[in-house]
Amino acid sequence: MGSSDCYIVGAYEHPTRKAPDKSVPQLHAEVAIGALSDAGLTLGDVDGYFCSGDAVGLGPLSMADYLNLKPRYLDSTDIGGATYLAQIGHAKRAIAEGRCDVALITLAGRPRSEGQATGTAFRPGNPNQADSGWEAPFGPVTANMYAICAMRHMYEFGTTSEQLAWIKVAASHHAQHNPNALLRDVVTVEDVVNSPLVADPLHRLDCCVITDGGGALVLARPEIARSLNRPLVRVAGTGEAFKGQSGGKVDLTYSAAAFAGPPAFEEAGVTPADIRYASIYDSFTITVLMQLEDLGFCKKGEGGRFVADGNLISGTGRLPFNTDGGGLCNNHPMNRGGMTKAIEAVRQLRGEAAPEVQVKNCDLALASGIGSLLGSRHGAATVILARE
Amino acid sequence: MTDTPLYTDPPENTDSKPFYDAASEGRFLTRKCRECGELHWYPRPHCPFCGGATDWVELSGEGTLYSYSVSRRAQPPYAIAYVTLAEGPVMLTNMVDCDFDKLAIGQPVRLAFKPTVANRLVPCFTPTGG
Repeated sequence: MGSSDCYIVGAYEHPTRKAPDKSVPQLHAEVAIGALSDAGLTLGDVDGYFCSGDAVGLGPLSMADYLNLKPRYLDSTDIGGATYLAQIGHAKRAIAEGRCDVALITLAGRPRSEGQATGTAFRPGNPNQADSGWEAPFGPVTANMYAICAMRHMYEFGTTSEQLAWIKVAASHHAQHNPNALLRDVVTVEDVVNSPLVADPLHRLDCCVITDGGGALVLARPEIARSLNRPLVRVAGTGEAFKGQSGGKVDLTYSAAAFAGPPAFEEAGVTPADIRYASIYDSFTITVLMQLEDLGFCKKGEGGRFVADGNLISGTGRLPFNTDGGGLCNNHPMNRGGMTKAIEAVRQLRGEAAPEVQVKNCDLALASGIGSLLGSRHGAATVILARE
Repeated sequence: MTDTPLYTDPPENTDSKPFYDAASEGRFLTRKCRECGELHWYPRPHCPFCGGATDWVELSGEGTLYSYSVSRRAQPPYAIAYVTLAEGPVMLTNMVDCDFDKLAIGQPVRLAFKPTVANRLVPCFTPTGG
């Protein structure tokens, strides 16, 4: 432990998956209060506020006002669903520098109630967006811009649809034990590969759910963390990165997790072999496979073999992942999965996961996220958390 | 074989207007760095590799299919793709005028401009000889 230590003291996942009768700001407030209550703190204790594009308004200003916060540190980074994991690193550094003592990170939204076709809807172009004039007419949408990576991965490495399907199968094995999960039925490899194609080679069951809700995290400096009656979950290492089209030198075989992971492992002083539980952002099955390779859980190209045969299922597999059911089965609030990844990692480290999926002696966990479009330009963030 | 509907218009700015003006004359361009000599995609006034000033150069329109995905639930379905241009850069595009079930990574492809609603032309590709 050092003076730059920082702890996650509060974590809360909204139990709703469809919230037609709640506003987006209300959902932010409910998760904020939920995480603060979990920590034994109140809104008045917060002096650092972190949110992203799901908090509508100019950066953090509208939500900070709605919550009536008095922050002396503000952050409204937006790298899509990876944002909230990146913000854990930002909060750690802000706390280490004494810029805030108690940091609140919130995420909320209601795409399900608002009928968003998240994965397949065309995005309108904007002439002032750098890439828009070159790409918008071609229809790069979420599903096909992940699928195009899966197609190349299959070509380069012989990865199969059946191997990808194992990722969904493992998530479903975990979701059956989560009463809040949107999809609780256990599925088979056959169920996945026989579901309709959305964007080749990805099937419907290779895609995550669309849900309302949200989540929040509270981080605090060591003195405050030790004064609270909660298990100590230390932020041991963080990293974030970007990958784009590199001026036309496109290589779809890896993600920005290849750059976000190493600094997190180095800061934490651990290796992938030390990780007892991993939350891996699962917007699609291919997202998980590529992150596992890029983070070093297996060699590049061997992700298909690594995830097959239940290797990600808690209790039997080598690397238990997404024990809440993940975005594939449980929850993907506001189409941004980084928050729930951190929350389940905190549950595992506290021993508060569902008993059927709780990893024994879980003292070191990783959470990894990819934000925006894997196939064109995306952010990534890695967080390593340690129980003390 | 799927008929290609009219494309939505590219949201043009001063970076891209000369490209689409040239496309209207059947010419397919990108930009090349005056300093390091590299071509890049998508075209921009400053080289993404060294920051040097760039000039328009004409491309052959030949390439190979790097990867693709058919959006099956769209009406009509369409095939987003990355094509490796003969000159080097890889660009995001659509595969058109072909049987989507016969697309194959590595196959040779050729430029096929397709019209937009406002009668601009966007650079799509089609398999060569097939």
